[in-house]
Amino acid sequence: MYKGQSGMWSWLFHRIAGLGILLFLLVHIVDIALLNFGPTVYNEGIALFSTAPIRIITLALVAGLFFHSFNGVRIILIDFWPKASRFQGTMFAIALVLTILCFLGVGWYIVAPIFGVQLGNIPQGM
Amino acid sequence: MRISSGYGPRPAGGGFETFSWYFFRVSGIALIFLAIIHLLLNHVTTDVSCTSFQLVQIRYANPFWRLYDWLLLTLALLHGMNGLRVVVDDYVHGRAWRLTLQSLLAVVTLVFFMLGTITLITFHSVADPGLICPHASF
Repeated sequence: MYKGQSGMWSWLFHRIAGLGILLFLLVHIVDIALLNFGPTVYNEGIALFSTAPIRIITLALVAGLFFHSFNGVRIILIDFWPKASRFQGTMFAIALVLTILCFLGVGWYIVAPIFGVQLGNIPQGM
Repeated sequence: MRISSGYGPRPAGGGFETFSWYFFRVSGIALIFLAIIHLLLNHVTTDVSCTSFQLVQIRYANPFWRLYDWLLLTLALLHGMNGLRVVVDDYVHGRAWRLTLQSLLAVVTLVFFMLGTITLITFHSVADPGLICPHASF
């Protein structure tokens, strides 16, 4: 295995995160298409996405999305601002820190209902 | 002698690859806002269990949300599938495999785009949307 440095890892994670998000997107387009079959079918699909195991898997999507976004900004800065290459390592570290912070924030909202903590709107009777 | 401008390298020539390079970055900026706000609205302000038919009905009563979702669909699908095209380009070398896989990608892109667009356009309210989410708004 080639032992690259932060530049190689950032490229690799960016690619892996991107592919993961794409895979989710294709599934998501299909589950939203359930709208065409009326409220009962669609709401059942939503209930499936609200189960504990799926909520846990969603955390991977959230982490990937945030990393891909912040690293993407880093890439754009490197491509359009001449001095940015000098700070690419620093920017990678910042991207990782921002990813972790945002992941913790949003991730808590997603898994909290597993522990009975109600944050956002919750359906009646739950 | 070419003095480095310091800018990141990019495909020259003004062809499809140059367009693709700019498309990634421009669509990426737009997607940051589209996708993160979408995530916040459907997982934070409202729990995912409450993103029911009724919520969609309320949101899609306003055409803004249909357009927002359609922009997110189009840009994310094109951005992602373009990325997958690059990945195939990087790792698949035989002519027959490349032709097959890249054609398959194009078809899959078209099919999912049509499915998503049709869903967004044809969605209409019903009398009984089932699960009611209190406080559901926009």
